[in-house]
Amino acid sequence: MSLLVNIVLLSFLVIMAIAVLRIKNLLAMAMLFGLYSLLVAGLFVVLDAPDVAFTEAAVGTGISTVLMLVTIASVRDSHEVENKGRNSSLALLLSVVMGVALMYGIHDIAELGDPTAPAHTQVAARFIESGQAETGVPNLVTAVLASYRGFDTLGEVTVVLTAGLGILLLLLRSEKPRVKGKKKDAG
Amino acid sequence: MEIYYLAAGIAILVSMALGVARAVLGPTVFDRILAVNMFGTKAVLLVSVFAFFSGRPDILDIALLYSLLNFVGVIAALRLVERGKHYANSFSREDLEDEEENA
Repeated sequence: MSLLVNIVLLSFLVIMAIAVLRIKNLLAMAMLFGLYSLLVAGLFVVLDAPDVAFTEAAVGTGISTVLMLVTIASVRDSHEVENKGRNSSLALLLSVVMGVALMYGIHDIAELGDPTAPAHTQVAARFIESGQAETGVPNLVTAVLASYRGFDTLGEVTVVLTAGLGILLLLLRSEKPRVKGKKKDAG
Repeated sequence: MEIYYLAAGIAILVSMALGVARAVLGPTVFDRILAVNMFGTKAVLLVSVFAFFSGRPDILDIALLYSLLNFVGVIAALRLVERGKHYANSFSREDLEDEEENA
């Protein structure tokens, strides 16, 4: 069943990505993004990563969709501007090169749940053996996140805090930005 | 017992495909909002069925979270539609500009 769910959800993902690219109505696009994120979260559940699925569902489906909708409400224009004649071959080239590089990188990733993977044979044993004594945190996952990877987590928190402050400052502006050339009573 | 879960899972995937088709085809924003809402409900069902199928009922928590978030997202979208007349239309950009010139 996992294989079936994986195949179907991944093909939905591709359809959704193409649809997001082609749609010009921003409200519909925000809704499709929510759906996309829900699909990704479903895939995480099938991959046996419920904690990541939690985060993806809360951030991707919940907060991101609402923030995008609030942004659309602030700019008072629900349609994407078409850029005719813009050269996008460089972007295409970059995407293809990136995709090929990622495909190449997949070869080095260990199989899902492989007990002989380096991550399970080297660092994990040490965390399990001496994690409690070194950090004093009962939960091993918390110990790794908050102590062994403390700087990493601090950086993440800084990024999230900065992004949150930026969004708050933008949304709390009393004067909403207007699209160029629009009349005052158009919205 | 597994065959029932499998059948339920396939049925849910088929109805998910229908929801995806409606979300992509549109044509109005309301169709899409409804399709996304329905897809969210199907995702909750799929996660629940998958939880019992794989013998880990603790994944049910995620299904609960999905149903909560689904509600929040749809309410936010509908509020936005309610606030402005331009957000909910399916006009092209040219139609909008004509309308603004007349206003």
